[in-house]
Amino acid sequence: MAKQLISLRVNGSERDCVVEPRTRLLDALREGLGLTGAKEGCGNGECGACTVLVDGRPINSCLMLAVEAVGSEILTIEGLATRDGLHPLQEAFMEHGGLQCGICTPGMILAAKALLDENPKPSEAEIRAGLAGNLCRCTGYTKIVEAVQAAAEA
Amino acid sequence: MGTAMNAFDYERVATLDELVAALAGDPDGTRLLAGGTDLLVFMADGKLAPRKLLDPKRVPELNGISHNGTLRIGALTRMRDVELHPLVRSRYTALAQGAFEVGSVQIRHRATLGGNLGTASPAADTPPALLVHDAVVKLRGPDGVRKLPLGELYRGPGQTVLAPGEVIVAVKLPEHPARTGSWYIKLATRKAMDIAFVGVAARVTLAEDGRVAEARVALGAVAPVPLLAAEAGAAVTGSRLEDAALAAAAEAAMAASSPISDKRCSAEYRRAMVGVLTKRALRQAAALAEKR
Repeated sequence: MAKQLISLRVNGSERDCVVEPRTRLLDALREGLGLTGAKEGCGNGECGACTVLVDGRPINSCLMLAVEAVGSEILTIEGLATRDGLHPLQEAFMEHGGLQCGICTPGMILAAKALLDENPKPSEAEIRAGLAGNLCRCTGYTKIVEAVQAAAEA
Repeated sequence: MGTAMNAFDYERVATLDELVAALAGDPDGTRLLAGGTDLLVFMADGKLAPRKLLDPKRVPELNGISHNGTLRIGALTRMRDVELHPLVRSRYTALAQGAFEVGSVQIRHRATLGGNLGTASPAADTPPALLVHDAVVKLRGPDGVRKLPLGELYRGPGQTVLAPGEVIVAVKLPEHPARTGSWYIKLATRKAMDIAFVGVAARVTLAEDGRVAEARVALGAVAPVPLLAAEAGAAVTGSRLEDAALAAAAEAAMAASSPISDKRCSAEYRRAMVGVLTKRALRQAAALAEKR
């Protein structure tokens, strides 16, 4: 089908992007806008590596069409830090060794942000349930959970 | 990736009338795009190749949860919003639990209650809960509106009685009497992101004297469709959930089930677990009923 020009609001700016209706939000972000923080792991909503926030909700950007996101506020990992420095979750992941290879980290941190926005003092069980949709092959999750706990207490 | 899906047209619709007319215009080639957590996966796998997707997510009637005695849940309400709604958690606990058991947080922020019903997986987590809550689905199609008890929506795995161009508009749950509790138990290998071996929901309403005034038991993943095991509920009515009454309910639920063996587990195991979980869900529902 015909390509079309859409405007996506990403990390606070309006960005133009050429897509087809079938273009996934993940591809529009990575290939259209050069925002390669969101990763493709499984491509069917199992692994969470492509997690971004859309209107504050964590979603799998491999399971959303770019055209569905028109009119919404999108936050990717590139938009999390400010001029003043990294986000407390990013600091906590570094401090506590919450990452090794880093592929899952952007999705993990954004899922954690959504969790803390909703529940600022989660229990360990709530953290584990909140991150159940983000797979990590390196850390064994313990250090990730510790990092989120530390960010919650920061 | 990114080109695995077939090419299609995408159109946002603003009203229910527009949605029904557009679906009826090309029922074979047009699909309703709700949360997309099943549809886009089916399309990426090449199992479906619609010509057009209609996106009704901004149609007001299809969204949100409202309450005036009856609880009305718009069909496109996100699973996460169902799970977190205070009234759903307190009065329709089994439904909150069923919604919580679906996929990951990310999936639940996209997946919709109506989508979970329309996809008609026998193992879906919300239908057993909705069945014990006596849910009615409101449908709207080219011939107008009709309302069905949820149990009548299903024809078989992946199949519903929805006519071409007909959509699920809302799910309605009647108000339950005081001293009612409900519970849903999902049995699976993993604690999250898994498909149920067996799902059992129960609702118990207690009378003044502490006996069971009314009970419902519903089963998922053990029949071609989600199933209300009416005789299991009847087996404990009038009882105080003594062991004999629970055993009779378990037997009735097992008799109502018709599980298959597959890669997840055997039919024998499923049937045995229907019995165990029926007792457990009834006890948990009664424990909640005592507190209300």
